[in-house]
Amino acid sequence: MNLTVIGVSKCFGSTPVLDAISLDVAQGSRTAIVGASGSGKSTLLRLIAGFAEPDEGRITLGDRTLAALGTSVAAHRRGIGYVAQDGALFPHLTVAGNIAFGLPRGGGAGRTARVREVMELTALDPVLADRYPHQISGGQQQRVALARALAPRPGIILLDEPFSALDTGLREHTRRAVIDALELSGTTAVLVTHDQDEALSFGDGIGVMVDGRLAQAGSPSAVFDDPETAEIAAFLGAAVLLPAKPRDGVAECALGTIRVRHDRSNGSRVALAMVRPAQIDLVTDAPGANAIVHEVRPMGSLAEVSLLAGASGAEHPAVITLRVPPHQIGDLRPGSRVAIRVDGGAVLYPSHDAAYVADEVAGDVTGDATQPAVA
Amino acid sequence: MVLAVGMLIPVGYVVATVLELGWDALAPLIFRPRVGELLVNTVLLLVLGVPTTIVLGVGGAWLVERTDLPGRRYFSVLLVAPLAIPAFVSSYGWASAIPSIQGLWGGLLVATLAYYPLVYLPALATMRGLDPALEESARSLGLGSWAVFGRVILPQLRLAILGGGLIVALHLLAEYGAFAFIRFDTFTTAIVVAYQSTFAGSSAAALGVVLATLCLVLLVIEAGARGRHRYARVGSGSPQPPELTKLGRAKPIALAALVVLGVAATIVPLVSVVRWLGASDAGVFAEMPAALLQTLLLAGGGAIGAVVVAFPVAWLSGRYPGRLSKWLEGPYYVASSLPAIIVALALVTVTLRLVPGLYQTPATVIAAYVIVFLPRALVSLRAGIAQVPESLEEAARSLGSSPIVARSRVTVPLLVPAIAAGGALVALGAANELTATLLLAPTGTRTLATQFWSAASSIDYPGAAPYALLLILLSIPAVALMFTQTRGRAR
Repeated sequence: MNLTVIGVSKCFGSTPVLDAISLDVAQGSRTAIVGASGSGKSTLLRLIAGFAEPDEGRITLGDRTLAALGTSVAAHRRGIGYVAQDGALFPHLTVAGNIAFGLPRGGGAGRTARVREVMELTALDPVLADRYPHQISGGQQQRVALARALAPRPGIILLDEPFSALDTGLREHTRRAVIDALELSGTTAVLVTHDQDEALSFGDGIGVMVDGRLAQAGSPSAVFDDPETAEIAAFLGAAVLLPAKPRDGVAECALGTIRVRHDRSNGSRVALAMVRPAQIDLVTDAPGANAIVHEVRPMGSLAEVSLLAGASGAEHPAVITLRVPPHQIGDLRPGSRVAIRVDGGAVLYPSHDAAYVADEVAGDVTGDATQPAVA
Repeated sequence: MVLAVGMLIPVGYVVATVLELGWDALAPLIFRPRVGELLVNTVLLLVLGVPTTIVLGVGGAWLVERTDLPGRRYFSVLLVAPLAIPAFVSSYGWASAIPSIQGLWGGLLVATLAYYPLVYLPALATMRGLDPALEESARSLGLGSWAVFGRVILPQLRLAILGGGLIVALHLLAEYGAFAFIRFDTFTTAIVVAYQSTFAGSSAAALGVVLATLCLVLLVIEAGARGRHRYARVGSGSPQPPELTKLGRAKPIALAALVVLGVAATIVPLVSVVRWLGASDAGVFAEMPAALLQTLLLAGGGAIGAVVVAFPVAWLSGRYPGRLSKWLEGPYYVASSLPAIIVALALVTVTLRLVPGLYQTPATVIAAYVIVFLPRALVSLRAGIAQVPESLEEAARSLGSSPIVARSRVTVPLLVPAIAAGGALVALGAANELTATLLLAPTGTRTLATQFWSAASSIDYPGAAPYALLLILLSIPAVALMFTQTRGRAR
């Protein structure tokens, strides 16, 4: 079912937590809400689930109003599935008992069949059915929590940081299993997370929360490629942000003259150019070398290269750091000259967003880049 | 609210006594040589007894938990065993074996042997929870074994020592049977004697006022010493199992010390009971089922009552911690710290004056058990409620359960072990309770403890032995429960 949130606000005491949030989640889609801790994303989820009531605004699911001023449907009548951060499995019930919890009692064979069905859907080994929560792994616990939420066929499933308590390896695997199960069952889902990569890879939509506001929403690629502010750009992933001068669809900065893909600078004379490190190529033995290698630091599967960009005559030379696969290093060493190529253009922001530029030291601007620049 | 007021009856009784008799009537009752004598006895008992139990309890816990002592697992159980032997049974065991044991030294011997586990258990629990990384850091900073114990372990044990020491002190003040056997007079024994001769007269009441004041002084001292210190483990990461201290040449001495302690605290009373059992008359056994039934009924009533009374407070402090829950816990805590003899005197006075219909009824006995043993239920329930996070109820609600259904299908089943444990601990205390039962029970009541007492106090040692044995056997499951809870808490 499609979920609509219109103008929802919430205060705890006198502290505003959510400020006029509006959000549309289409039937069958998967949306991730991403934000730093304290941005209000979990509170939003709890309002939708019915564990708390909004001060203002309206929440509807399908054609039912769940919460509007003065009226609120109780959590247990909303038909909304909820997966908590720690899974919140009932410790006194087996895996099968947990999954069957929300199914009508006395369902008999139908009940057993549904339990088996959702266990299969969430890739849970049937032998786990009789185990207790403390006897299974963390990743399995989260899949049981999802299976339990899916079993009564809710109109929508809410996931509150369901992977954050898991180890890195297990997290990837569990995330895959959860997305597959949601996909197979065609369930509408909203995920809340502080992990950008998790949010960007979750599904059809992404919403970025900043200080209780929904700062930007859209498809993951649209939001990643064209963030509305430099803050969102830096939050969503590695970004190189450099002072730039806009001129006729291009911008001049330490990286050279770059095509402008989206101009959000509102026509200011001095702007910030944002490119993703993945857009940057280092080309040796090419004409127009405009950067000097400062340091090369091997780091296992990647190597970190610091460059002084714009060494030849740019107005704002800057030190940028890139992580590249070792084979690209070749014979680069401190002092080598390289050409920087930028693929795909930059996004421009007003320069007062400069607060989001990492480490500004003595006029040098360092763009920190954590993604490999692939040739 | 009503319950909190009910818990205040004993405190109210003490205050009312002072107000009613007035200072002029109380002063001559308090300032007389007899009271001075009792005060000296009681204070000596506290000053000598409490530190001894702390040394025995902490030393024992350290030896079985942190050293390479052979057979530590067996000793860790043996050291807790005296809890299953009521102090008056242990006293009977010693006094009937060696009749010359009496007076202050006899009282000290019997009481420290009976009560040191009350320090040993919390010390053991805390030691298991300590982060060995702290000790390792101290060693790497150049501290030796003794210095590590004194400067790192001991400070962290402070809360356990203070808490355990306070409980021992309150028990020493409240104990009647054990001291009456070996003719050692404390306030409690004197109050019982005064009560038996003059009923609820003013001299018993005056002694009660002094005794209650001593208890409150102890509470204040403990609260002051505890201060606001809290020790938390900083940082995460799973703790490594601790490295055991090598005892080296001290090993035989430590071993001998624990053997002596085990023999004195557990083996002597047990052997004594079994020895008298051989001489017991067959007629005694015929009377036992009735006494057992009455004991179970009264103790069961006390357990149910205590759980019912403790539940709302435990729920409030677990789910809505704040000023209200603190405020509610206060009266429970103070009332339960008062000796059973004062609770009994208060209930006698209140029932006689206000509701004579309740005087000498099982209901009054059960009310006394509830007041005296409430903390056991409260602690157990609070721990249980803390382990049922609200997120579980929310999960149930998102699966379509209404709040009431969510509680009955999730919260209550999860609380069953805590309720059972709390109830069992209250029942254990009630079954072994002697003082209040003697004063409050309807004429003709025969519990195991009172039957034991009436035989033993008239030097019918063989007639008392079967009851003593049954009391010990009944206590074993509850003590085992306490021991496993202690083990589980830290892990």
